[in-house]
Amino acid sequence: MGTVARRATYMVTDEMLPKQTQTTCLPLLTIEDEEAVEKVRSNPCITIDGCVARCAKKNVEYHKGNLRMAINVLDILKENPGLKPGTVLDIGLDGEKLAGKIAEKVVKIAGDTN
Amino acid sequence: MPEGTISRVATRRILEQRDDTVTICLPLFLAGGQGERDFAKENPCITVDGCQKRCAAVGVKKYGGVTPRSTIVISDIVRMLKCPKPTSRIKISPSDEELVRNTMRVIDEQIRNVKEGKN
Repeated sequence: MGTVARRATYMVTDEMLPKQTQTTCLPLLTIEDEEAVEKVRSNPCITIDGCVARCAKKNVEYHKGNLRMAINVLDILKENPGLKPGTVLDIGLDGEKLAGKIAEKVVKIAGDTN
Repeated sequence: MPEGTISRVATRRILEQRDDTVTICLPLFLAGGQGERDFAKENPCITVDGCQKRCAAVGVKKYGGVTPRSTIVISDIVRMLKCPKPTSRIKISPSDEELVRNTMRVIDEQIRNVKEGKN
């Protein structure tokens, strides 16, 4: 599910809204890199987590980031039970479709935010 | 960054090929996963970072109190082996495949060193 979250993120930042959105390296944020922390504080953030641990959401909250929306892949999967992602290294066609659903959601939120 | 993707793919393939390694979710480790932190304390740890920021190596030490037995950085491998720099965070190109295989060789070598007590 983490790979689906990554794929959805890159769909938004690289393909759908390349000029309006960016992604931040989560491990960089967790080790309190100044630039990464400043980035989540000074920009509206949408987190996309792959599992119930919700590490992205927790880290943005912990660093007092400007969190507008937190998405969990598992919630989108529940809404689309027919889409079953493949493996960690190859999420397959269903995984791509699931990532697309998430990306569409992010684009809509980003549009409402701007 | 693309180097991070090389790190993920190489680490995952090592996990699938060998029966004596596990991989830990780094964000979970850093976000406070106690099970992950305890595991890293009790077992030899090799970090595989994508870039010179070395989040994995820094993070396991900072939050887990664990000094990795070995720290591997993909950008170092690119430089040392004069491999083409990876360009995509999503797709593994044929030249990326070479870098993944080289990274796997380095990881295998470091695992062997740890097992033989060299690290």
